This record gives sequence, structure tokens and C-alpha cells, in this order.
Amino acid sequence: MAEGVKPRVKAPKTAAAGETVVIKTLISHQMESGQRKDSDGTPIPRSIINRFSVAFNGQNVIDVALAPAISTNPYFEFEAVIPEAGDMVFTWYDDDGSVYEDVKSIAIG
Amino acid sequence: MEFTRRGAMALGAGLAAALMLPAQALRAAADDKIAEFTGGAAMGEGGITLTTPEIAENGNTVPIEVSAPGAVEILVLASANPTPDVARVSFGPLAGAQRLSTRIRLGGTQDVIAIAKMADGSFQRAANTVKVTIGGCGG
Repeated sequence: MAEGVKPRVKAPKTAAAGETVVIKTLISHQMESGQRKDSDGTPIPRSIINRFSVAFNGQNVIDVALAPAISTNPYFEFEAVIPEAGDMVFTWYDDDGSVYEDVKSIAIG
Repeated sequence: MEFTRRGAMALGAGLAAALMLPAQALRAAADDKIAEFTGGAAMGEGGITLTTPEIAENGNTVPIEVSAPGAVEILVLASANPTPDVARVSFGPLAGAQRLSTRIRLGGTQDVIAIAKMADGSFQRAANTVKVTIGGCGG
């Protein structure tokens, strides 16, 4: 598992039913591209987050397949429709098999 | 070694050819990815907006935004990176708008290409040139 991986999500706590809200996410991850070499000239093996998906009450919002060309600490900003109160589940999938998850509850109000 | 005009010309032509080769190979790699995504279908323009900076000082983190109302999937490619893939985004039923902002790495000055697959199966394409001062692929 990559060290120091910390997901951060900025989502509103409340929304009107059917409202479109902006969600911002950032996860600290070195996103080693596999292109770099260390001081001895040996290539540093690739280690990235290869997939990011968001679901609200089990319904898919967005699903992104990431390539090594995504910057260190992958940042995503997107919009989601909130039809009812519930939980938004954010999932990041690492190359090494680790899965990082964060959940934000959004209420109607 | 004595430099003759003929010798210098031949050397120059050889160098130019050697420099062009990888660039062409990379462009072909990006074209392959596009063909794989679209299945060779014709692409329209205007249905997708790609926002990139004109000049990126640091190729390690270049902010981009793609927006394509009515798209189900968007493919983003960097034509001259060692591997052209950047991201492939699919939008679910609860996506509020078919829009995504992120930050990408660019190895040098090149075209960033975005292709959207619309709900009706058609494709829309947008491309922007980004000038990169310091490349972001290490080496």
C-alpha cells in the first residue's frame, strides 16, 4: 500500500431535492508514472490510482479510468444530482489492490 | 573530418528523419486510441468544450476541464506523452452535468484531445494545443 494516502472530499451537507451540486475531491497519492528513473538509472515501477468512482445511494454518478498522465494527488471536480437524502460513496482503486473509500451524507433541507 | 556541403546536407536530413520518427509513432499511438474508442466513426465538432491553459509553466500539473452536455463517456488523450492515455470518464444517471475538472501531466508542448461519446452514439471531438515550459514526465 502506498503511504500517506488520504482522501479529501468537499461536498455540501444539505441540498434541495433534485438540486445539482458541485463535488470536489482530492486524494494524496504520489501517482508514480513508471517513466521516471532513480539516481542509478533504474526505472521506478508504476504505482498509481487507476480508477475512481462515485455512487449516490448505489446509483452511479461518475466513473473515471485514470492513466499515469494524471497528476500527483489526483483532483476531480464534477457535478451530481441529489434526488433524495443519502450517502455519497467515493472509491479510489490503487494499482497494488488497495481500495480507499470515503462517504459523505447529504441531507435534504 | 572535413565538412563538405553534401556531407552536411546528408547529415541534416538524417537527423531530421531520426527526430521525426518518434513523433510520428506517438501520433499514431494517439490515433489508434481514438480509433479504438470511436470504432472509426466520423467525429463532429462543437458538442464538447475542452478548457486548457494556453501556456503551462509546469507540465506536472496542468489544469484541464472537459464538458460535453449529453455525453455518456469522454476520452482524454495527450498526443505526445510517452503513453497517450489520460483519462476515460463515464457519466452515470446521477451526474448533474457531463463535466469534469482535473489536473494532468504533459511531457512537452502538444495537443490535448478530448472525444465525447454522445447518448445517440455519435462522437464529438475537441483539441487544444498547450505550450509546456517544463515537461512533467521525468526522465
